[in-house]
Amino acid sequence: MPEDEDQQQHVAAQRESSPQPPPLPRRPTTIEEEDGLRPPLTPSGSVRNFKGSPRPPLQSKATTAVSQVDVLGLSQDASPSNNQRSRSHSRQPSGRLQSRAGSDDDTASVRSVQTLAPGQSGDIESLLDDVVGAAATETDEGVEERDDAASLDTSPLQNIRDDLDESFSSEFEPVGSFEPDGSNGELLNRQWRAKLKHYLILSSAGKPIYSRHGDDQLISGTIGVVQTIISFYQGAQDTLRGFTAGDARFVILSKGHLHLLAISRLGESEAQLRAQLEALYMQILSTLTLPTMEKMFINRPSTDLRRPLQGTESLISSLADGFTRGSPATLLSALECLRIRKAHRQVIHSTLLKCRSPQLLYGLVVADGRLAAVVRPKKHSLHPGDLHLIFNMLFEADSVRAGGGENWIPLCLPGFNNTGYLYMYVSFIDPETGSPREDIEQPLDGRKRDNEIAVLLISANREAFDEMREMRDKVVDQLQANGSLAHIRRAIANGRSSCTSILNTNKADTKGADTPAPIAHFLYKSRANVQFVMPSAGPLFSSTVSWRRLISLYARLQGALHGKTTHLKVVHVVTGGASALAWTTPTFEVYVVAGPRAGKHVLAKAAMGVVQWARREEERLFVVGGAVF
Amino acid sequence: MADQSPAANAPKPVSSVKLVLLGEAAVGKSSLVLRFVNNDFQENKEPTIGAAFLTQKAHLPTRTIKFEIWDTAGQERFASLAPMYYRNAQAALVVYDVTKPSSLVKARHWVAELQRQASPGIVVAVAGNKVDLVDDSAAPSATPAEGAEGEADEEEGGRKVSREEAEKFAEEEGCLFFETSAKTGSNVAEVFTAIANAIPEAALKGRGQPAAGAASTGGAAQAGQRDDSNRVQLGRGDGVQKANEGCAC
Ligand SMILES: Nc1nc2c(ncn2[C@@H]2O[C@H](COP(=O)(O)OP(=O)(O)OP(=O)(O)O)[C@@H](O)[C@H]2O)c(=O)[nH]1
Ligand SMILES: [Mg+2]
Repeated sequence: MPEDEDQQQHVAAQRESSPQPPPLPRRPTTIEEEDGLRPPLTPSGSVRNFKGSPRPPLQSKATTAVSQVDVLGLSQDASPSNNQRSRSHSRQPSGRLQSRAGSDDDTASVRSVQTLAPGQSGDIESLLDDVVGAAATETDEGVEERDDAASLDTSPLQNIRDDLDESFSSEFEPVGSFEPDGSNGELLNRQWRAKLKHYLILSSAGKPIYSRHGDDQLISGTIGVVQTIISFYQGAQDTLRGFTAGDARFVILSKGHLHLLAISRLGESEAQLRAQLEALYMQILSTLTLPTMEKMFINRPSTDLRRPLQGTESLISSLADGFTRGSPATLLSALECLRIRKAHRQVIHSTLLKCRSPQLLYGLVVADGRLAAVVRPKKHSLHPGDLHLIFNMLFEADSVRAGGGENWIPLCLPGFNNTGYLYMYVSFIDPETGSPREDIEQPLDGRKRDNEIAVLLISANREAFDEMREMRDKVVDQLQANGSLAHIRRAIANGRSSCTSILNTNKADTKGADTPAPIAHFLYKSRANVQFVMPSAGPLFSSTVSWRRLISLYARLQGALHGKTTHLKVVHVVTGGASALAWTTPTFEVYVVAGPRAGKHVLAKAAMGVVQWARREEERLFVVGGAVF
Repeated sequence: MADQSPAANAPKPVSSVKLVLLGEAAVGKSSLVLRFVNNDFQENKEPTIGAAFLTQKAHLPTRTIKFEIWDTAGQERFASLAPMYYRNAQAALVVYDVTKPSSLVKARHWVAELQRQASPGIVVAVAGNKVDLVDDSAAPSATPAEGAEGEADEEEGGRKVSREEAEKFAEEEGCLFFETSAKTGSNVAEVFTAIANAIPEAALKGRGQPAAGAASTGGAAQAGQRDDSNRVQLGRGDGVQKANEGCAC
């Protein structure tokens, strides 16, 4: 952990101190996508004068950075080979392409990317002017620009992985078990190998701890091979971090006595897979704490960790499934909040402060799986990774929610402190699902399960259940009395906004019909708040496969923005099924996706629209700072 | 019963009783609670993490018992937290799985620990759960106590713990005993009712009094304790002041 953080800080420092890195030679042999050629946007400097001053982040900087790691020299194109180039451009970019000399970074080679001339300044409006201005000069590329989303109607993002449909449908089905006579071994092996995503966790002594697919018997061979390879490298005083074979990428994370391995054929980058493995590792720590686990291995190197982890397989699996389905929260290392008026959120925050028990460390109000409000001590912020573990436990794994009643859960939040336990009081407020307290009588309008509001109160004192419960009672009473519960319920009922409604709010006059949004989806991450916002998935991305395609596209953009040796501010990708643009500045990252025929300027303009909207709505979209005591 | 008020319609007195469930992982503690509280059953219930707190009332002829139930996690790593839950409990339900002999061994350990560490007056019931998996329930003597253990474990899922063996153990330890099924609901309400009936009148606190307050003083003389707490409540100002003085010194 510490080295990683150092590295992140180092990388970040490097970025800032070298505004003009050496130019990147173009690598035409590996370019397969249309490249962003002209700088439509001004760079990071221009966002300095954003209205909002930098807010205290919810967590320390080092942990907010998307992990930056060495990119494998031997890795190949991360995307499947059947991508087609939608169109080719012979024109060299007028913008400056940048890279580090001698870079063998694969993210740079996958697509040509560009950065913007640094040092320009200007506020967001002039950025927008630049974008619009740029559009005119682009037409000489012969790109057909379209301002509508019509081209999205048919199979968007088709070529992210053409065979995804068949293989993805069985991705979440279990591999069977061996017949007693072993006759089905071949079949099982074939099933196992057909999976697009594997996670294996083993001890350094070679004991299996977790496998996403397949039982012990099936994976024993694989475990043996992995173990042998890893120890071969370790014997050579080297650390094997990963490799690719065909279209599969292998990433290994070695942590003390644990080896975690990810195998992905979904086109994810090494850094992205590593972040997923980090999350699985955090889940294990969350159950055991680091010192306890280390003690076990020191006392008995051959410890079978599955025993102490018993009962948490489903938590690990639901994390793994989530990564496989595609999780923007993990991709962006950020969390999603409930959109609620600033004044309404302030009322919730002051209620939390007013009712605060002296035993409280963190208090959270969570609705529909999104954060609505947080109360925390001044000196402690919340690590998004920790929150992800909590949300996974409460909303994905179902073990807590299904029980009904209130819960008192010891857990370690490794981002906060990996050596000890905290105690989490959990109460779902919903009479329909059986809030256990007869004395809370608040008729909720909505009746659906996802209307649930959860109150989470975390204490360092394991005896503090009664205090937490008392606080919950007070908080709920007051939230009910001051109308906050109604506001939360309405926010839940409204759901996420559509792209169209979001982009139309930017129009000066709101009269007249909404113009259909030129983009199909977006992600916007506020770096200072370590939070992100996205629109509703809509019909386009409601299926598992189309969602996976979308996330894969985002992952490619994210990989290009965050490759260790790249200093990219803007990435533009066109595939057969989609065109997309990503833009990063010190304060935000924005990703927009549209149909394949949407031009760069359309994307850039939409990205600006999203940025404008997010900036205007910042305190509705994000929990800024939270209630601090 | 004798002291019951004559008006049949008058609300019965409600007393809170803290009840803790203990037992090996996956024997069906949460399922028993779910059946008792929501009259529901889930085929694939996830293991409990930490502990869950639920309440449910049991209506007796003369009074109503409001159970404050701590459903603890059976997994080994949570064992050290158990004292926190049984320390103040007036009742405990120790559960084992009639198809799993190791779970009875664990149940014996829990009963012994309760006798050593819990409040002396605690009412303990032992429940052999999952009897629905046993088709010999009509002929309990069909299975010898130890014999069947090794063979044919999970596939058949038949009885592996004889009723006699468990009942004898419960009797020796002075515990109530039932064989239950959270799945069919068999005997579930009965266990809780039996526990409610077994709680000595003297150990019950009136409605509105915080359960933790009186119970946490623990100790043998429950009746005396009760008087104490009543007195403190009546003379509240005095009690508080005394406490403050004590702190200041
Ligand atoms: N057939 C049958 N299955 C049961 C019965 N009670 C529980 N089960 C099943 O046994 C499994 C474990 O039940 P739980 O109620 O979660 O067990 P638990 O004792 O709470 O387990 P921990 O929380 O891990 O300590 C679940 O799959 C239940 O569906 C029963 O009476 N009959
Ligand atoms: Mg349970």
